[in-house]
Amino acid sequence: MDQQDTSTVKRLEIIESHRDDDTCQTFVFHDEDHTLGNALAYMVLKNPDVQFAGYSVPHPSENRINLRIQTNGAQATDVLQKGLTDLNKCCEHVLKTFETRAKEYKRSQKRNIPQDIEMQLDT
Amino acid sequence: MDIIEDIRNKVQITEHGVGNVHSTSFPGGHEGYTDSWNQTQFEKGFRVDILQLAEDELEFDMVGIDAAIANAFRRILLAEVPTMAIEKVFIYNNTSIIQDEVLAHRLGLIPIKADPRMFEYRQQGDVEGTADDTIEFQLQVKCTKHPNAKDATDPDDLYKDHKVTTKYMKWVPIGNQAQIFKEDDLRPVNTDILIAKLRPGQEINLKMHCVKGIGKDHAKFSPVATASYRLLPDIQLKQIIEDELAERLQKCFSPGVIELDNVDGNKRARVAHPRRDTCSREFFRHPDLKDLVEYSRIRDHFIFSVESTGVMPPEVLVCEAIKVLMGKCRTFLAELTDVKSNPPKKKK
Repeated sequence: MDQQDTSTVKRLEIIESHRDDDTCQTFVFHDEDHTLGNALAYMVLKNPDVQFAGYSVPHPSENRINLRIQTNGAQATDVLQKGLTDLNKCCEHVLKTFETRAKEYKRSQKRNIPQDIEMQLDT
Repeated sequence: MDIIEDIRNKVQITEHGVGNVHSTSFPGGHEGYTDSWNQTQFEKGFRVDILQLAEDELEFDMVGIDAAIANAFRRILLAEVPTMAIEKVFIYNNTSIIQDEVLAHRLGLIPIKADPRMFEYRQQGDVEGTADDTIEFQLQVKCTKHPNAKDATDPDDLYKDHKVTTKYMKWVPIGNQAQIFKEDDLRPVNTDILIAKLRPGQEINLKMHCVKGIGKDHAKFSPVATASYRLLPDIQLKQIIEDELAERLQKCFSPGVIELDNVDGNKRARVAHPRRDTCSREFFRHPDLKDLVEYSRIRDHFIFSVESTGVMPPEVLVCEAIKVLMGKCRTFLAELTDVKSNPPKKKK
């Protein structure tokens, strides 16, 4: 119940590294789990600029995931941004397709019901 | 058969396990494939087919998407699509044999038909609740003796109001709720859920507050009874199988998977409906059959099955789940822009 109000709480954190390297970074996603972790790691891995991407749940009773990104020169934040944008666009298409198909199915069902009744009346 | 294509598109089912479980379609994974994310290509290959849509059951195919994303939808359906459920119970009187805390727990699990999109999350520490975030129900039942039932032995004839079901739950509008909602908009999904049993003289008098929540917090908020997927089975016969062997092969699979055709007076096996197979692997137990079949599942063909508890239609739940994932992306995109504009100070 208390997990949902996140408007003011920071949920994304970048782990500070000693080396001044923007191509290798670990991002901490607070209050997230495998649901976003796996989907996002997949999307980030799909980027040819990425050398390594992986996520972990550091401890089962801590509600956060670590996402590590290492690139071939691109900024890790840019790569993460692309991953999130791609995942969002992908979901948009899935949603659009699903909604259209559900509508189509309902329409076809409506058309079929009278036919079924006719068939029952015939027999 | 292209081996690389098989590795990329199929999950092998072998005698003692499964093979090629992980997706390998990443840049640099296979020679001759780009494999970087391409929205146009994805949109071309992606497909949704609805097989069955009933009041609270939905079966559909989602084809051309990776397990990482399909699984996210499934997990969100189970744990992150918000619903309304009873969270606070104010017990004024309970003389039934069921203890207060057990009664409160039972009440919590009752599915409440209310559109969670019409409500807000209740603020932390708020006990009272407002019209925007709370639905109030009242349960006031007192059991009495039936006056003209002297020789009866059946409790139904002996007592009045001795079975407390969800039918007795009365919605109490808060603030302007009576103008926004009709009596039928806010109610328990089922009217026949047994909450407690009473005997003459016993009574239950309580008030309940329903709030918005998600399944991750408590399973009572989960909007689905089940939400699962399986991969479409793929069965290939490596050679012609006839007669006794064919009949035995047919028996190894679920009914309807293998059909026997009459070819020149012989019964010849044909794979008719691989979808009906349960992947039992029975044929691996027959030494003369086990090398004749190539058994696998299609990696990107998900057969989803969503069963709603009744709080919202299943197709709405799936749409909401997709929106939840989009919401996560947007939240973190916004935060990322914040972080980028004020980068954390580096340690020297």
